[in-house]
Amino acid sequence: MRYLHDIGEYFIMLKDIFRRMTKPSVLKTLIFKEVDDLIINSMGIVIFISFFIGGVVTIQTALNLNNPLIPKSLIGFTARQSIILEFAPTFISIIMAGKVGSYITSSIGTMRVTEQIDALEVMGINSLNYLVLPKIVAMLLYPFVISIAMFVGIGGAYMAGVMGGFVASDQFLEGLQNDFIPFHLAYAFIKSFIFALILATVPSYHGYYMKGGALEVGQASTTSFVWTSVILIIANYILTQLLLS
Amino acid sequence: MIKVNDLHKSFSGEEILKGIDTEFIQGKTNLIIGQSGAGKTVFLKCLLGLILPTDGTIEYDGKAYSTLNKEQQRELRKKMGMVFQGSALFDSMSVAENVMFPLKMFTKQRKEQRMERVREVLDRVDLLKVDNKFPSEISGGMQKRVAIARAIVNKPQYLFCDEPNSGLDPKTAILIDNLIHEITKENNITTVINTHDMNSVLEIGENIVFLKDGRLEWQGDKSIIYKTDNESLTSFVYSSDLFQKVRKAQLQGL
Repeated sequence: MRYLHDIGEYFIMLKDIFRRMTKPSVLKTLIFKEVDDLIINSMGIVIFISFFIGGVVTIQTALNLNNPLIPKSLIGFTARQSIILEFAPTFISIIMAGKVGSYITSSIGTMRVTEQIDALEVMGINSLNYLVLPKIVAMLLYPFVISIAMFVGIGGAYMAGVMGGFVASDQFLEGLQNDFIPFHLAYAFIKSFIFALILATVPSYHGYYMKGGALEVGQASTTSFVWTSVILIIANYILTQLLLS
Repeated sequence: MIKVNDLHKSFSGEEILKGIDTEFIQGKTNLIIGQSGAGKTVFLKCLLGLILPTDGTIEYDGKAYSTLNKEQQRELRKKMGMVFQGSALFDSMSVAENVMFPLKMFTKQRKEQRMERVREVLDRVDLLKVDNKFPSEISGGMQKRVAIARAIVNKPQYLFCDEPNSGLDPKTAILIDNLIHEITKENNITTVINTHDMNSVLEIGENIVFLKDGRLEWQGDKSIIYKTDNESLTSFVYSSDLFQKVRKAQLQGL
């Protein structure tokens, strides 16, 4: 029953976010701040992880291709497919659920605990619109983060493959271009867009409706990470089934 | 003036407010007092519109909150200022930005006009020197004064304060009490303070509402609180030896 209540409350929250709009000039400032906090500040970790994941995918693929009949260009092909289809959109989103999700839950949760949300409400401001809408708008740039992750991931794969001596540069590049299906990119960006909405709203829900003190803020952050990850994984499965099968 | 008629509030079947009838007078510092669990915070939140009552009405200058449409309720909220127990200042904003926030949200004033008003109220609470600091960089007493400045910057008709001097040293607490009292007089606003502090009661209590177990037990001003024979009130207000001596001295006309 509690889960049903939470799901219902989450969707009511989504509706209430768009109820009473904040003054556009104020909203604009908030959106730029959120772009900085959620997108720009996440670039470092996204680039770091993407680069090494790309490298690991290449090394593992290369080490498992023992059959001389299988062309080495398959390493580039596998790296491209894994990174575009799964590692960049899904793996990075799970990382972002930890980084961005925890930040959102703890910042909104702290505002709840310290009565800052009540202060907004007393002033006649729609606190959900003021706090959550800028995050949703900022996260619309999330597909851009994923495209950087793809680019850096493939760069990491190339460097690990070529510099590690697993594959020649031309073979890797040939594999990279083989059987390229542009819809796979569209699929990755559709997923990224849906994941962005999940990453902005689920942690906001956990922060906004939390009760208690500092300890509960920490617990809410953990719960938020778990649930955001679970919803991302389920959404990933459903979207893959809908878009690729 | 705020008029409360037969106010009831229940949570999960448990009745917290059990039919309160009272008035909060314009231009006076109205105090809500009572032991922990008496229903003070729930009452204050009902007055603010943060909690909807189960039954009864709250009238603001003759208009019942429950009869107003959402737009009118929002307009009424803009006439309210609130000082929270923990100040509730926005951490990411400087002192000046915190005070400017209501002006930014609800007025079409230019930045210079807004800054002028912010300087005016910061000067009133004697905090002009810290306008660029962040809440975490100033003391608890200063935070309370910033919260008062933010609450009055939009010239509210109603000012609500939830334990405004909790956690402050006695000297700063008196300073905050006097500041709220003076602002009430200067602007002729209806101020409602939720407090535990007996100094506040005896210092600025012009209309004291004593709650017990969700009911209005006693109402009066500081001049008659010494003479009351209401046992619940006297045991609450004069629970310490010091206040018992003060009462005795007052009754003896010392």
